[in-house]
Amino acid sequence: MAAVLSFFADFPIELFFIQTLNGIVTGMILALIASGLTLIFGIMDVVNFAHGELFMLGAYVGVIVLSTTGSFWLALLLAALLVGIFGAAMQIVTLRPLVGRDPLTTILATFGMSLILQNYALWQFGPVARKINEPYTGHFNLFYLEYPWYRLMIAGLSAAIIGGFWLFLKHGRFGIWIRATMQDRVMAQAMGIPVPLVHTVAFAIGAGMAAASGVLFGPLVGVNATMGLDWVLKAFIVVVVGGMGNLGGSIAAAIFISLLESYASIWVSPSQAVIVSFVVLIFTLLFRPTGLFVSTPR
Amino acid sequence: MSALETSQATSPDTATAPLVAVEGLHTYYGKSHILHGVSLTVGRGEVVGLLGRNGVGKSTTLKTIMGLVYPRQGKVLLEGRPVTALPAHKIAKLGIAYVPEDRRIFRLLTVLENLRTGLDRLGVTDARKQELLDKVFAYFPVLGERRNQAGGTLSGGEQQMLAIARAMMLEPKIILLDEPTEGLMPRMVTQIHQIIDALHREGVAILLVEQNVPLTLEASQRVYIMEKGAIRHQAKSSELKIGDDVIKQYLGV
Repeated sequence: MAAVLSFFADFPIELFFIQTLNGIVTGMILALIASGLTLIFGIMDVVNFAHGELFMLGAYVGVIVLSTTGSFWLALLLAALLVGIFGAAMQIVTLRPLVGRDPLTTILATFGMSLILQNYALWQFGPVARKINEPYTGHFNLFYLEYPWYRLMIAGLSAAIIGGFWLFLKHGRFGIWIRATMQDRVMAQAMGIPVPLVHTVAFAIGAGMAAASGVLFGPLVGVNATMGLDWVLKAFIVVVVGGMGNLGGSIAAAIFISLLESYASIWVSPSQAVIVSFVVLIFTLLFRPTGLFVSTPR
Repeated sequence: MSALETSQATSPDTATAPLVAVEGLHTYYGKSHILHGVSLTVGRGEVVGLLGRNGVGKSTTLKTIMGLVYPRQGKVLLEGRPVTALPAHKIAKLGIAYVPEDRRIFRLLTVLENLRTGLDRLGVTDARKQELLDKVFAYFPVLGERRNQAGGTLSGGEQQMLAIARAMMLEPKIILLDEPTEGLMPRMVTQIHQIIDALHREGVAILLVEQNVPLTLEASQRVYIMEKGAIRHQAKSSELKIGDDVIKQYLGV
């Protein structure tokens, strides 16, 4: 009892608030990456191991566009667009021929693409990390910290992109095609929906969202060839915890896991806090294998 | 022969050809041989019944016509044009709609969204879309009332109506209707019968797979009877009665 009381007496309430904010910011970025990953899995049962490299590629396109034009917003837009087009091409060349084959073949194909892209980036851009300057460098006072406004902008922009994607899925003609194909590919095709095209477009959207998150997140870390690895691992955890192919679940899980990690790093070092994600993953797989945030059985 | 002459030569052919002609289909699931040379035709606006016991290949015949299963041998012709190797979405665009046995409603999509899967084709004006929606909501008022409800929350009978309504959104020349009355209450069966008659009046052809023999004989002009993956008998529906020997022999009723 005394121990509990002393815990609350020492409870770093200010740090707690700061970490809540940090958790939401990284959670939104993670949600943006994971939405694309879960979309691709949900619609074509492909686990995209190259997703982190699409994120990385987006960050590099951002670096190039930013250094030539100086506009962060143009960099964000072009990164999403160009990597989206690249994603479409990649889907047509590597994944479309594998439709209906053993899932292992698509795992190997995307894993192969991931290695190719990583090494391409290393060859093209070298091992030294590049920098993306944040478009807004202001700070505000948060307790004893100078908290950068840009972090809040990341959260807001990610939320806006996810929100736009949500509206597109909900109301757009193509959005309905995507949801119908996710639920029943064969029946969707029998209803005249061009399923191969829907697959390509969904992959392009997922790639574009990964690229956008790469540009948004670039200013917080350096841009290098392996920057996608950590994120894609976390995004995989999020996708499994949120329920494979369940978009709302992935977004909830991204924020949930990021908050947990942020809180854990109040007491342990941030690199150890990652363990929390794995613990959540293991318990989810043990007790709720269809996902923590699944309300209706699919 | 020049291209022009070819098209002139084939155009009278497409006009006289049956709407759907199936010739010698052999379909396999893996190694099991399901269809052993099924041949049948459906004329324009004709309602044709396909009868047979469970597991004789009736559903497989429909799936093969729709392009959901590829036949190893044989042809499917739509208005004299082979459609056998086409993917299902192209076949749907050419005018064949499919209502599967298990209905396959998009459960997480609303009723309206389910209908939009067939409605959001290129070249359909908003006015035409509204017209088509109004028509199915007139046929099936319950779908209009529940247009914003998820498809998965509908009752079995309502899901069947939605599956038929969804197929109608494609403005098809023919609907492949697989056991539409299976597991439905008698009142619903009557309603399905009425909708088949209404589609017939509109000039939509139907290939109807059914276990309900009296309904099939009443609703169709001709019937085929299948056994062991092949057509064994065909007759005008008006010439068959429930007690006939062929019916007893092949269907056991």
